[in-house]
Amino acid sequence: MTTFDFSTTLGSAWFPTPIFTASGCASSGKELSQFFDLKDIGAVVTKSVMSKPRHGRPTPRMAETPSGMLNSIGLQGPGIDSFLANDLPWLIEQKSRVIVSIAGETVEEYATLARRIRSVSGISAVEVNISCPNVENRGLVFACDPDASRRVVDGVRKTIGGELPIIVKLSPDVTNLPEIAAGVVDVGADALALINTVLGMVINLDTMRPHLGGKTGGLSGPAIRPVAVRAIYQVHAALPKVPILGMGGVSSGRDALELILAGASGVSIGTASFGNPTALMQVQHELKELLVARGFTSLSAAVGFAHREEM
Amino acid sequence: MSTINRSASQFIASVVSNKRVGQYHQLILQVGDIVTFCKPGNFIAIKVGGESSRMILRRAFAISRTSQSSSFGGTIELIVAPFGSGSSWLCSQPEGSELDVVTPLGTAFGIPTEPVKALLVGGGYGSAPLFGLAEVLKLRGCKVDMLLGASTGGKIYAPMEGKRSANSLRIYTEDGSMGEKGRVTDPIWALVQDNAVDVIYSCGPMPMLAAISKLVEGTDIVHQCAVEESMACGVGVCMTCVLPVANDQGQVSMLRSCIDGPVMDGSLVQWDLVGQVPEVHQ
Repeated sequence: MTTFDFSTTLGSAWFPTPIFTASGCASSGKELSQFFDLKDIGAVVTKSVMSKPRHGRPTPRMAETPSGMLNSIGLQGPGIDSFLANDLPWLIEQKSRVIVSIAGETVEEYATLARRIRSVSGISAVEVNISCPNVENRGLVFACDPDASRRVVDGVRKTIGGELPIIVKLSPDVTNLPEIAAGVVDVGADALALINTVLGMVINLDTMRPHLGGKTGGLSGPAIRPVAVRAIYQVHAALPKVPILGMGGVSSGRDALELILAGASGVSIGTASFGNPTALMQVQHELKELLVARGFTSLSAAVGFAHREEM
Repeated sequence: MSTINRSASQFIASVVSNKRVGQYHQLILQVGDIVTFCKPGNFIAIKVGGESSRMILRRAFAISRTSQSSSFGGTIELIVAPFGSGSSWLCSQPEGSELDVVTPLGTAFGIPTEPVKALLVGGGYGSAPLFGLAEVLKLRGCKVDMLLGASTGGKIYAPMEGKRSANSLRIYTEDGSMGEKGRVTDPIWALVQDNAVDVIYSCGPMPMLAAISKLVEGTDIVHQCAVEESMACGVGVCMTCVLPVANDQGQVSMLRSCIDGPVMDGSLVQWDLVGQVPEVHQ
């Protein structure tokens, strides 16, 4: 029996499998640990943490849509002090690999967060979330502005030095995604996370007003999978050497394989965990079988395979 | 391991029976030994719509009662109102259907160690989990009085066998079509004045829970309420079902009704702030 190499890398970080949680969809791991062993997946990507505790947006925060959902959480979280004191040590105790996701309101806040985590042991990589759509001011979505994206990543890179790989999470809600991707890679991003949710809205027919407390929300779930495949395909074509952590509507092994063939080196499972707490294990198992059935001897051989005629 | 969701598991449960009861459906699901972990107040999250469904989120239902039978082993009872597309699908599932479920989830009603005077207040099909609770309280020697209310008689859920588990049952409808005309909260203040209540257990619409909390404010009465907020995951990861709740020091934070609830201390829920965001205290 031939051995199959399921491992993957994002920058200098190595992971035994390519299946990850998606930031904001697994809190800090405790909730899902009842359903599977966190060390059995590639890594837990924690919910984006900010400098201070944050209540987030008012309810209603959720609306189910055809094959998807809108969320409007607004980065509710404990703040970096509590995260480092409580959540991170617990994850490390579980022997889980951890990618810490950070979010800020200013360029300086990202750098401050990077300074707090750079010397903490047990972190595999940092995800710089510059694309959360659920902030009060859409002007704060750094990922919609090439210059702002570069400034944030430049600040984090200079603070963190060469120690931790930086994964930058981008929004698909832009005109020229490869340009923004190239910009952040230019100032030191080691990998890219594609895609964040797509900005959407639902009107409540009873109140005849926007349904969500925050009015707009991020669309996720199978409805956005083709957007993710397109974004990953485009960016991989433009930057074939930059690893991509793909996400967007993956709920089965065949969905994950689609993202990998488009160019993803790893796949995060987000909304699927809401409907199925064991989705990560199921996707991981199915993906491996599909790769083996297609004759691949390693995951890395399948990454970007859909591009082969053009290369 | 973490203590969150600690008794929960995901498994296939089969539908033992599905009966229409007035405007509701009574479903009995076979859950095996899991039944021993299911307490009054806990809920179940059920995948709906079948494999090709465009509904991606589970639907959460309070467990109304549990039992152990010789023919089916552990079973749980759910009372479902077929109002939305997910609950309608569930109510259309025939006997023998298999459901992908996650249970037991959420906090349970606290059961007193000594016999107390308990008042159970249910609005609409929020009464469902109160019958199972009444049985448990009776076994502890508690006096159990029950008040059920709804807009109209068709929306009252009060099965015959459930009535036996309470010492008294009074029904209120806003249109007077069943029981007394009025709101279920109308008699509570008089009962409080008569010293007839130590603990109130409530389940129903949020305005009803808020009204009860206001009525017992400043008294020694403990108010345990099962809150209702729309949930995406039911297991604590999505952060959509949050409510502003104070801790013992008075500090308000947004707690998840799925894992910090659904049963909460009514005196700590900041009812006036529901749907808003509290000021950040730092």
